[in-house]
Amino acid sequence: MSQVAEIAVDVQNAVKRYGDFTALKSISLGVYHNEFFTLLGPSGCGKTTLLRMIAGFEDVTEGAIFLFGTEIDALPPNKRPVNTVFQNYALFPHMTVLENASFGLEMLGKSRAEAKARAGEMLELVQLSQFASRKPAQLSGGQQQRVALARALAPSPKVLLLDEPLSALDLKLRKAMQIELKHIQRETGITFIFVTHDQEEALTMSDRIAVMSAGELQQLGAPREIYEHPQNRFVADFIGETNLIEVTISEVADGRAKCRIGGGHVIECDAPGQASGSACLSVRPERMVLSAGNASGIAVPARVVENIFVGTDIATWLKVDGGPEISVRISNSARSTIFEPGANVFVNFEAGAARLLMD
Amino acid sequence: MAGGGVQKGRGPVSETYAPVRYPLLVPAWAVLLVFVAAPVAMMLVYSFLTKEFRGGVIWEFSLAAYDQFFFDRGLFGDEPPRIEWTYITIFWRSIWQAGLATLLSLLIGFPTAYFIATRPKDTRAIWVFLITIPYWVNLLIRTVSMRFLLREQGPLNDTLLALGVLDEPLRLINTNLAVQLGLFYSYLPFMVLPIYAAVERYNFTYSEAAADLYATKWATLRRVVLPAVKPGVIAGCILVFVPSLGAFLAPDLLGGAKNFMIGSLIEEQFKGNAGNWPFGAAASMILLTLVLIALLVATSLQRRAEGPR
Repeated sequence: MSQVAEIAVDVQNAVKRYGDFTALKSISLGVYHNEFFTLLGPSGCGKTTLLRMIAGFEDVTEGAIFLFGTEIDALPPNKRPVNTVFQNYALFPHMTVLENASFGLEMLGKSRAEAKARAGEMLELVQLSQFASRKPAQLSGGQQQRVALARALAPSPKVLLLDEPLSALDLKLRKAMQIELKHIQRETGITFIFVTHDQEEALTMSDRIAVMSAGELQQLGAPREIYEHPQNRFVADFIGETNLIEVTISEVADGRAKCRIGGGHVIECDAPGQASGSACLSVRPERMVLSAGNASGIAVPARVVENIFVGTDIATWLKVDGGPEISVRISNSARSTIFEPGANVFVNFEAGAARLLMD
Repeated sequence: MAGGGVQKGRGPVSETYAPVRYPLLVPAWAVLLVFVAAPVAMMLVYSFLTKEFRGGVIWEFSLAAYDQFFFDRGLFGDEPPRIEWTYITIFWRSIWQAGLATLLSLLIGFPTAYFIATRPKDTRAIWVFLITIPYWVNLLIRTVSMRFLLREQGPLNDTLLALGVLDEPLRLINTNLAVQLGLFYSYLPFMVLPIYAAVERYNFTYSEAAADLYATKWATLRRVVLPAVKPGVIAGCILVFVPSLGAFLAPDLLGGAKNFMIGSLIEEQFKGNAGNWPFGAAASMILLTLVLIALLVATSLQRRAEGPR
């Protein structure tokens, strides 16, 4: 982004305590205007609590939340120009699809005709115009999901909050809705804050991801950045698949570290400034190559334990001589060499594949 | 689907039971026959018989009871019939007394039920228990106590006078208001409990969704909460209105002679030797018809509220 992007939601040192339990430990983050922003983490990490604090359903114990520069944390939910898509949709069961979609506009004081017209447009956007006069109970889960989206978009919120909206859908429908949500976000230009525990979903849809754990922000960045450069063990482990290898740093020179793993083998990697002592290496399974010989002289010898067929890839489990078990992914193509269990191989690390994590 | 989960309609399992279905229904039918159909049929027959002067009936067909209810033919029964307003007035009074008592129960009962249903789960049972405790005492005793509370030198007036709220005691006893208060107190739990059950089942995420969509608290209550708990509200209103309509203890003890209601009118026809059994039976039949109409209206409202499933 060439110019400084406008900040839509600014969370400053937000703390949430329930009695003596601290659900959020001083979170600060900024969400840009027009951004698809994801709060990602395992259940209980505080992501939904943070979303509910932005919506106004939970009050902020300490800290502040700003919406386009205006402090909103003291406002009740009906005074905040944000709308929510709830996890189980929370569609009003006694109202038709159209009445659901026009509810927000009516509450904002728009005339019934105006509200209905705008709600109709939103139903068109989510391709549900023909169901306008149905009751929610007469719709499938995926259709209810779209109604919830149309209802939340109809009042043109400044920010749309989505609380695990796809978790109740089956896999295929979920994939389709992911793409559709992304399209709608681009089309409407509304800032989306999306909560999920599904890292793949987060990587697919987001402009930026905030990874949370135990009420703390672990890392904030673009999907690729988080995947390629995890800042700690939690993020490396939570996002995608990885091998976490315990190492002892034996030498640091010119920003490179020599890491000794079990069996006395040495792996070289980029080192953050003050690396020393014991640490952990994160290596993605697809960033290693197996070979029969040690052409580079720095490959690590290992024995194949098992091959697991997973469709697009073959996951090969290896035991490093005297060291850890690691998994390597070999693409399922004619160009790949598959080694049978028991074979002795060498593991070659691609440049930048091994990432040193100090915690 | 042998051993399958939910049976829908007449599946294979209910076919298995087909030979014994009717024998199994016998106890239910017997109870309905003995305790519902037979008494109503008896009342219906009695209402068309001739009265015996010391109570009881003479088995001779007569429309006299209904005639007496609706028409005035003068002291000797030889004048041209005019509409008899006495009993219609009593009925009309009963309907609005019961209606006001129902409204009062709703106004007090709804917030009470809502309050209980929104307490933490483990304390709700205690609140429900507290609501029902007074109803372990006999209705007659409770109604007499109410009379004691409301009378001119009773605790209510004494307190209000002592506090300087009033200069002279309120005349509450033998008024319509006293009857309504009595009916309200008699049947309040029948309003609270069904509404409580409905609010407890209500999913409060709907209220959050409404607030998220800019609804005020009042709009949320009116547009989202009330429609969702309407079946409970209607059930509560029926359960208070119907017994209030036929009640005789509260009108007798709190309303006095001027505030006579249907219940007392019917009661009188069967008490001692002064009664008129066919007339009492006819009044009961007319009341039953009115209640049935009210129920039909209420259930059709309820069906509309629940909408298509």
